[in-house]
Amino acid sequence: MPVRVQIEDFDVARELAALRAGNRSIGAVAAFIGTVRDVNENAQVATMVLEHYPGMTEKALADIVEMARSRWDIIDALVIHRVGALEPGDQIVLVGVTSAHRGDAFAACEFIIDFLKTRAPFWKKEDTAAGARWVEARASDDEAAARWKVPQEPAA
Amino acid sequence: MRDAATAALTLVYLARLREAFGTASERVEPPADVTTVSALRAWLAARGGTWAAELAPGRAVRVAVNHDLADADTPIHPGDEVALFPPVTGG
Repeated sequence: MPVRVQIEDFDVARELAALRAGNRSIGAVAAFIGTVRDVNENAQVATMVLEHYPGMTEKALADIVEMARSRWDIIDALVIHRVGALEPGDQIVLVGVTSAHRGDAFAACEFIIDFLKTRAPFWKKEDTAAGARWVEARASDDEAAARWKVPQEPAA
Repeated sequence: MRDAATAALTLVYLARLREAFGTASERVEPPADVTTVSALRAWLAARGGTWAAELAPGRAVRVAVNHDLADADTPIHPGDEVALFPPVTGG
């Protein structure tokens, strides 16, 4: 269940082909790609820098994938998240999930990105014509993660 | 004799909090009664100024202890790495 944090862009087709290579029990591949929007209403294009917490980032992504693996019947999962300087139109993140059936693949894929957006230690800083500003976390992201209602571990 | 190097906590500040505090990391030795995340937060806020403003109750600050997300009651032990950061915005 590979997770990668990298500066370089990724090739979606190549990564998904590698994810499902040689495994004929796979009946479904679900994928999510997050991309940089041109967040300014005017013609000026904003750039963005993605910061992360070296030492924790890959561990946090692996933990989220493990949560998905334990909850749904998936065969494999891949998360690639870029860091560094990005521009509108750039790819930010790829989540890929393989399963025998589409229900588990879709659900696990959506779960992983919802939890990544509220638990994985990345922060975006936008450069605009008016100066640099940190992107604020959204309540809608917390709501998206909360709706998965992760069951609490019973007390020992 | 207590080894001061391992008794210290390593504090890490990320993103906007790093800019607000003016430092990315420091080693501290809080009093012995600082044994939880909430106690550490209050102890740092007592520095006043930007620390008090950013770490006041109600301010959205996330904490990780040894690279695991923590909450107010998470215990802190000598030698731990404790990171403070704003709500995350990846993806």
